[in-house]
Amino acid sequence: MFNYILRRLLIALPSLLGISLILFTVLALAPGDPFEELAQNPNVPPEVRMALRAQFGLDDPIWQRYFYWLVNMLRGDWGFSFVSRIDVDELVLQRLPVTIAVIGMSQVLALAVALPVGVLAAVKPYSWFDRIASTFAFIGFSLPTFFTGVLFILFFSIYLGWLPFVYRADLPETGWQWWWAQFRQSIMPIMVLGLFQAASWMRYVRSSVLDVVRLDYVTTARSKGLAERVVINKHVVRNALIPVVTLVALQMPAVFGGAIVTEQIFRIPGIGSLLIDAILRNDTPVIMAVTFVFAALVIVFNLIADILYGWLDPRISYR
Amino acid sequence: MQERELRDLIEDVRRGELPRRSFIQRMVGLGLTAPMASMMLMHAGVAQAQVPPIPYKGTKRGGGGVLKLIWWQGAVHLNPHFAGGTKEQDATRVFYESLGGWDSEGNLIPMLAAEIPSRANGGLAADNRTVTWKLKRGVTWHDGQPFTADDVVFTAAYAGDPATATVTVATYKDLKVEKVDSHTVRVIYPKPTPYWAEAFTGSFGMILPKHVFEPYIGAKSRENPANVKPVGTGPYKFVDFKPGDMLRAEANPTYHVPNQPFFDALELKGGGDALSAARAVLQTGEFDFAWNLAVEDEILKRLEAGGKGKLVFLEGSDIEFISLNCSDPWNEVDGERGSIKSKHPAFQDKAVRDAMALLIDRKGVQDFIYGRGGIATSNFLNNPPRFRSPNTKYEFNIDKANQILEAAGWKKGGDGIRAKGNVKLKFVFQTSVSQPRQKTQAIVKDACTKAGIELELKSVTAAVFFGSDAANPDTYQKFWSDIQMYTTTMTQPDPQIFMEQFTTDQIAQKANKWASRNLVRWSNAEYDAAFKAAQGEFDPVKRAALFIRMNDLVVGDNHVIPLFARPRPRGYATKLVPALSAWDNDTWALGFWTRDA
Repeated sequence: MFNYILRRLLIALPSLLGISLILFTVLALAPGDPFEELAQNPNVPPEVRMALRAQFGLDDPIWQRYFYWLVNMLRGDWGFSFVSRIDVDELVLQRLPVTIAVIGMSQVLALAVALPVGVLAAVKPYSWFDRIASTFAFIGFSLPTFFTGVLFILFFSIYLGWLPFVYRADLPETGWQWWWAQFRQSIMPIMVLGLFQAASWMRYVRSSVLDVVRLDYVTTARSKGLAERVVINKHVVRNALIPVVTLVALQMPAVFGGAIVTEQIFRIPGIGSLLIDAILRNDTPVIMAVTFVFAALVIVFNLIADILYGWLDPRISYR
Repeated sequence: MQERELRDLIEDVRRGELPRRSFIQRMVGLGLTAPMASMMLMHAGVAQAQVPPIPYKGTKRGGGGVLKLIWWQGAVHLNPHFAGGTKEQDATRVFYESLGGWDSEGNLIPMLAAEIPSRANGGLAADNRTVTWKLKRGVTWHDGQPFTADDVVFTAAYAGDPATATVTVATYKDLKVEKVDSHTVRVIYPKPTPYWAEAFTGSFGMILPKHVFEPYIGAKSRENPANVKPVGTGPYKFVDFKPGDMLRAEANPTYHVPNQPFFDALELKGGGDALSAARAVLQTGEFDFAWNLAVEDEILKRLEAGGKGKLVFLEGSDIEFISLNCSDPWNEVDGERGSIKSKHPAFQDKAVRDAMALLIDRKGVQDFIYGRGGIATSNFLNNPPRFRSPNTKYEFNIDKANQILEAAGWKKGGDGIRAKGNVKLKFVFQTSVSQPRQKTQAIVKDACTKAGIELELKSVTAAVFFGSDAANPDTYQKFWSDIQMYTTTMTQPDPQIFMEQFTTDQIAQKANKWASRNLVRWSNAEYDAAFKAAQGEFDPVKRAALFIRMNDLVVGDNHVIPLFARPRPRGYATKLVPALSAWDNDTWALGFWTRDA
């Protein structure tokens, strides 16, 4: 087991290196300039821009810049943002808690809805419950979040006037009031993201449970006279969960990566909005850091998913 | 308008026959900026005595609750001398102050200065190089240290050091700033400078505390914690800042203006998009004030109808204009497209340019596309329609365009497109991707077709079009097409830097990596001479006459066709009483903001 993990981590290294190389090259080749704003401001002479470019090393050849970035990264120095001149790790850490809270909650909500609804729908396929659940699921994942988000805002914030639609990370309230305010401002983004995710997961849970429920050992368990609850929970769900675990695990990096569109709509100061701002301003070090962390997380969670298989199904062994 | 007439007008103001305000409005109508007009009066010894104070309704400090502002692009740092765009300038102006700021009429209002230098009070020396500023006494920084002349001297040294890499370096690098006594500084320009108020005023003039910034001058400037934790003298002091997201501040209990600020705390939220920022102010009232609501006017009108908020359009000097290339963008000369050695095959004929100017339906575009956000103009420098310059005018007339082209020998061919010799009137018209711009392109194309000119429309993503990538062929700087359209901004009250963009020295070409500003590659000896004269001319009246002449030269030649002045819309809650200026940052006079009960 330990050997397996070690081997996997060693394999991950070259892939991370490759990813970083590709990311860096694409970003370097992409059009745009972090000092574009200065270029458009007639009061700033072009020499200022040229001097900044030279000072921040933007005029060096790409391979040299990549090498420089890599060495610094290995030493734990993520570089600094070109536009704000603040260290990148500081920017990322500032955004992380909000992202984990909002996106994490939405994933929890998605799981809490998708698992029971999916299982119930599969246990009694083509029943009324299944039909209604499936209809909602289809609607749910066909509507993109930028649409439902704006719809929610128009209805709950503007028409009804119940909920605020500008998220703030530092609420002035304390105690219970804080929780209430937090609930009010988070409910819309969490619902938008969570229900969208739940809709597709519910379909996966349903089909996976349907596959298992027909197997012989389930019939055996039933004929042994076990209670239906025990059959489903202990025998069916546990085996049906394996493909679902992969899906959920691969979705986890998104918790850290944020939801770009939803964060933008609700002005949630998360990683996603940091990334989109950085892209719009051509702030290469920030884009690089966020996308690289994202890539690393995908690899790590892949590994975690593989390890979880073994726990769920002891027949899978690691060599 | 000639120098003599200007002098007569100034004399009228002095005698009190012409209100100061009307004078400034007339100057603005001639294409000058309001601050420049006011400086003409100051120079002529017409004191600012008539300048009305900024109204302030507050009677005591604090008690106004929280002032909530929303900027749909958040500030990413809080160092005023790193701030290239208005979002950072606005955010830093919450904390930092300049010696003086510009109001909408172009008057210089003292902030950290005790008074505005003038001939009468001895602040302006006769050599036109030396300015003496008297500083306000009793001002303290947010950390309790006193504000003195040392801070002003230091600010110039900090910003003027190329190693610090500030965006204000050009303003300060050749400046000599001396301390006269603890509250007096002398600013010496390297040569006689007609526009002496550039340093230490407005958005480029925010004063930094020496004791906080001194250890981080030069190459270490990036490491300064104060880049995100400002220590200023302003009405609000720093509480917390998350780059790109939220800025929080609280009332400064030791602010140097009595009974200010009115609000107890201030929040500036950043991020999102312009439309939902407009909703948050105009529809739900979650915020009190929103910056630069670049949204279609029709939508704004609908949101405004709810009655929760209002819009104000600040007439700055953003100009949307069309350029007709002077050089040939399609054929290489010495290995360079659009070389200054070439001439555009069709646009070198003034008749074609005149016809193009007649084929743009500015009024129609204003009425149907821009609404209050684009006011048709015929001057390159800012020109509100009420005071239209008598020297230039715009017209939309397809018949006349046809006549001009016909008379100049451009005959319609079998395909309906005019040609002369082997030159056909077929042009590529490029601009950035943006809905109103594409609609405008279509309207121009339609009119051109009726006059026998074929336009091929091209739209380039803004990031590429305005990006300064020297390797990309589609940037506005290279201008490798026949016609292009974009907005140019004049953020500084003095038009000198702005008008520099049509001098021969500024022609963008391969040799300077297309980094200079004369993109249309227009060259005119008379203009260059006038510009040079204006640079060295310290009699403000003569200088103003020169700028008016320059404006007429550019516009009269029709290589540059101004379309619209683009006032910037701001939204505010109906009860809020903001103090705004078209010539300074939105937050320049934050201390004066109040809210009605």
